[in-house]
Amino acid sequence: MYEGAVQDLIDELGRLPGVGPKSAQRIAFHLLAADPVDVRRLVDALTEVKARVQFCTVCGNVSQEEHCRVCRDPRRSNEVICVVEEPKDVVAIERTREFRGKYHVLGGAINPIDNVGPDDLRISELMSRLADGTVTEVILATDPNVEGEATSTYLARLLVPMGLRVTRLASGLPVGGDLEYADEVTLGRAFEGRRQISA
Amino acid sequence: MSLYRDEAVVLRAQKLGEADRIVTLLTRHHGKVRAVGKGVRRTSSRFGSRLEPFMLIDVQLYTGRSLDVVTQVETLGSFAQVIGRDYGLYTAGAAMLETADRLVEAEHEPSVQQFVLLASALRSLAGREHAAGLVLDAYLLRALAVAGWAPSFIDCARCGAEGPHRSFAVGSGGAVCSACRPPGAASPAPETLVLLAALLSGTWEVADASDERHRREGNGLVAAFLQFHLERGLRSLRMVERV
Ligand SMILES: [Zn+2]
Ligand SMILES: [Zn+2]
Repeated sequence: MYEGAVQDLIDELGRLPGVGPKSAQRIAFHLLAADPVDVRRLVDALTEVKARVQFCTVCGNVSQEEHCRVCRDPRRSNEVICVVEEPKDVVAIERTREFRGKYHVLGGAINPIDNVGPDDLRISELMSRLADGTVTEVILATDPNVEGEATSTYLARLLVPMGLRVTRLASGLPVGGDLEYADEVTLGRAFEGRRQISA
Repeated sequence: MSLYRDEAVVLRAQKLGEADRIVTLLTRHHGKVRAVGKGVRRTSSRFGSRLEPFMLIDVQLYTGRSLDVVTQVETLGSFAQVIGRDYGLYTAGAAMLETADRLVEAEHEPSVQQFVLLASALRSLAGREHAAGLVLDAYLLRALAVAGWAPSFIDCARCGAEGPHRSFAVGSGGAVCSACRPPGAASPAPETLVLLAALLSGTWEVADASDERHRREGNGLVAAFLQFHLERGLRSLRMVERV
């Protein structure tokens, strides 16, 4: 244990995802030794992101305004929605330049052991977006792991009976991986070769 | 650095840092083990698909300072794929994994029976050998029995008086005779107790022929048993889809 402020910093850093106690300590001492100007920049970036960035009220993507850049873009089709787990998946798919529709960010995947059920995801928001009949296809682009697959299975069961074309990214994406790590070519191909799910 | 090799079921997988994953394994000989799979979330990983929940694997690990590290994995039972594509199987399977994780508390303490029980229950679930809800309840009852909390469905759980009995009390250990019956004991249908006894003993002809009504009443009693013995409630149980 260190004195007051240092220990507080280590504790806060240790709460970040993927940062263990050892790393938290290393980062804390790095910051202590760093130039105050550099630390100020980091503080500003943190303050800024909390003050200005919000979640798009339509799709759940991160956004500087009420509606995100994709939702505001009139050249993008309103007929196709691509469903992903996290905002970073939107970035990965945008890199492929393969998709010209809109997105829907669920905010995770169904994972009963971690206490995440269908009601904890933005599924009812998705259903209301489909209500007016504009959307004709929903592409399920959850992660190619068991939680992502189960989430898509759950969604397909809701969507197929609504008469929509429901598709899942083609296999070829490495199973067990994160969507964000798929390279553009592989992800682009998975999009092109998406298969339709029937009831 | 010491290397060891074992069979295991992957109970949980949590993201760690950029591309690693921490997996909780229930192994045959080394009990519960927490280990790191390095780089497994990258698409180039050969291990990624094998270090997923529900997978039955043959794994090689080396002993690390805090966590062991996975160095090799082969698939013995690829249950994740089938289970991920059927929501009923997924929720039932998740409740099994959470139960195993909770019942086997200490790490590196062998619990061969719990391993064998879980591996065969997952095989049965993924193979759709019986209704998912029945496979789950059979697994839960047997896992409790192995943990030392075998319920009694026929003879009186208190005094051993020969059954069948009409009353049932979770806190007393199952069926109770009229003399041992505590206030507030339930009176389930006799067929429900027959079903539960069949699930515990693996008499599948009886279990498969049971009706919906008794299955529903049975899984309520099994859930009550489980909650009674585990300190905190099971999170995944409320999400199980019973068809
Ligand atoms: Zn948006
Ligand atoms: Zn008695």
